[in-house]
Amino acid sequence: MSTGPGLESLVDRMDVYCASYPLDLCFSCVVIMENFVLILFCLSTETISVITNDGRNIVGVLKGFDQATNIILDESHERVYSTRVEGVQQLVLGLYIIRGDNISIVGELDEELDSNLDLSKLRAHPLKPVIH
Amino acid sequence: MVGSYINTHKFLSGFSSSSLYLFIAHLLSLNNPVLQLFFSYFKDLVGKEVTVELKNDLAIRGILHSVDQYLNIKLEHTRVVDQDKYPHMLSVRNCFIRGSVVRYVQLPPDGVDVDLLHDATRREARGG
Repeated sequence: MSTGPGLESLVDRMDVYCASYPLDLCFSCVVIMENFVLILFCLSTETISVITNDGRNIVGVLKGFDQATNIILDESHERVYSTRVEGVQQLVLGLYIIRGDNISIVGELDEELDSNLDLSKLRAHPLKPVIH
Repeated sequence: MVGSYINTHKFLSGFSSSSLYLFIAHLLSLNNPVLQLFFSYFKDLVGKEVTVELKNDLAIRGILHSVDQYLNIKLEHTRVVDQDKYPHMLSVRNCFIRGSVVRYVQLPPDGVDVDLLHDATRREARGG
């Protein structure tokens, strides 16, 4: 893996695209410029759970994002919640780009908590869509 | 710290150089002073426990980690208020909530200084 630019230049750039930087530079960052706080939720190589405005839940590895919260997910799958006997269904989606407009929540998935979760026993109605 | 959401604005209005002011105004979205007031207000709430109710009826409680100019919110140690009804975020402990989907933010009782906010809103109404 090539060594990327230094931390300073990373912070200097407004448009940080995690995907273009090596793994060891990944950090949860809040870039503070004067009083201007831009939350850059940089967790690349972390598994995240995205809840979209239409109530879907997509889980995948964060590869990149930008200021508009557009998100690139790799190895993603959708978790379909239902009250039927089979519980939560997982649909493989692969590489996905989600437009920021459609995103409500980006959650950091705790691997340990997630592995203890028995999705086949989990029953719930799908989330309601966001109504603006 | 408590009064900083007022002082930020006072500090910035001191700039007479229009280009510098415009530049900073652009950075801070000061073209919308009300938004700026709430942004500063939420910055003062960092570290307190809040409940964020979303436009899909989900309510998430957690420690306010940070907020940005879009009023995007980052929460730590999150838990969904009605976890039996909404088990969708059971394995999420830190999350980022897009500002555009927030309906309400329920504040801690000690997080509101009503007199200070009255003063700040009156000042905004007078035009600085």
